[in-house]
Amino acid sequence: MSLSANRRGWLRAGLASAGALVLGACDKITNSPKGIAVLQSAEGLTRRAQRLLINRKALAREFAPADISPDFRPNGSIDPQDADYLALKAKAFADYRLVIDGLVDKPLSLSLADLRALPSRTQITRHDCVEGWSSIAKWTGTRLGPLLDQAGLKKNARYIVFHCGDTLEETLDGTGVYYESIDLIDAYHPQTILAYAMNDRPLPVAHGAPLRLRVERQLGYKQAKYIMRLEAVEDYRHLGRGGGGFWEDRGYEWYAGI
Amino acid sequence: MANPQKVLVYRHAAVTRITHWINVLALTLLLMSGLNIFGAHPALYWGQKSTFARPWVSIGAEMKGADMVGVTQIGSARFNTTGVLGYSGKPGSREPVAFPSWATVPSERDLADSRHWHFFFAWLFVLNGLVYWLVGLSRGHIVKDLAPTKADLKPKNVWHEIVTHAQLKFPKGEDARHYNVLQKGAYLAVIAILLPLMVLTGLCMSPGFDAGAPWLVDFFGGRQSARTIHFLTAFSIVGFILLHLFMVVASGTWNNIRSMITGRYAIVRDKTGGAA
Repeated sequence: MSLSANRRGWLRAGLASAGALVLGACDKITNSPKGIAVLQSAEGLTRRAQRLLINRKALAREFAPADISPDFRPNGSIDPQDADYLALKAKAFADYRLVIDGLVDKPLSLSLADLRALPSRTQITRHDCVEGWSSIAKWTGTRLGPLLDQAGLKKNARYIVFHCGDTLEETLDGTGVYYESIDLIDAYHPQTILAYAMNDRPLPVAHGAPLRLRVERQLGYKQAKYIMRLEAVEDYRHLGRGGGGFWEDRGYEWYAGI
Repeated sequence: MANPQKVLVYRHAAVTRITHWINVLALTLLLMSGLNIFGAHPALYWGQKSTFARPWVSIGAEMKGADMVGVTQIGSARFNTTGVLGYSGKPGSREPVAFPSWATVPSERDLADSRHWHFFFAWLFVLNGLVYWLVGLSRGHIVKDLAPTKADLKPKNVWHEIVTHAQLKFPKGEDARHYNVLQKGAYLAVIAILLPLMVLTGLCMSPGFDAGAPWLVDFFGGRQSARTIHFLTAFSIVGFILLHLFMVVASGTWNNIRSMITGRYAIVRDKTGGAA
């Protein structure tokens, strides 16, 4: 009896220490730049596989008004305290201008009224957060593609960067200001819109007033809120910490289709 | 049973053995990184969207008097799971986290890194599964060794296998060369139902994939349903693995492990060559 109890004790101790060893090794891999780079290589595979196998113009599912979430959860910044943003908000965004510049022939500066005067698109879509939850809402805005055509993209433009008005993390070097970037496949997708209305009402501050991006085949953190400026670029690595977005700079995938 | 003799027979092809061990690695890391990912939003729903106030399962931490406790809710039932689910760690330095750090990769809650682990091993798992299926079908392994025969499925035989399994009596002779009907059923359920279900429900959580195959999301009842099924299937696989490990030990630990490494399995034969 005592022998077998002893044996069980040894077995348990052996299993526990083997487990701890494996866990420790996994943490070591996670914390080493090379290890995490190997793991992250799967992202390129995922992006290429999805681009290859799924029609580039395939539409995200659109839902019925009855499906709209009564409890759509705002995430990230929900009430920006940046001085410039507060000044715009105080005047109900009357002074707001969306700037489109970078690698374009004709930089634009558009008021909310200008944007609302453009042809609009309304879509009821599902917002999928990287955390795992989903909410459904109705978005109205203007398609990004025609707007970029109006500005005239230069040949070497490959990405559209969204510079936002909210600081999500206080940092000394300013890399805590939210930004995002998408490629031209997503920029010209028919459902990619700059939304100024949510559920038939002006976009609330918690959801990105006055203007947010909807890029429906990617996760929530790609849906930049409080958009102030669009910049057409050849590469995004000189921005922020080089990842192409606030969360990308903090380890998340640039391609957020998964 | 005159002069019983131990003979090593070749039981598992190299492809079966290699894909088996790659699966051990991939499924272990997929499970552990998956438990970490779950910690970012430890609640499950049914349908396309989350009904935040009414998850059907949730794991969390809350104050009970002066103490923090881990609470696991399933439907309308609530359980105190302090120490394991919701609130765990060494007493004195416990943290609010869905699954304990010893069960997750990385051990600290980290959504970005656990996703990297998960997707890397998801690719390995999918490619490994494709190799197994392609080779298994082309060489006839799945049809020949895993599909139950008519004789297997006779109620009398099924009942006999259930009774002998319950008594932990296993064939030692020629019968041990091939799988019995319960093994066939269990293995087929895993390779043809549970593992593919894992991949498909996982894909349905990808908004990019969903644009390409919205019908599959509908088939599972929505993205949040797919997430729920992903979670339930994962634990079904854990259940299978526990049973599988128990059977390995009960029917001869080293003989089984050797056969899954070298392919050779010892059976007992009498000297005349017949089954013992």
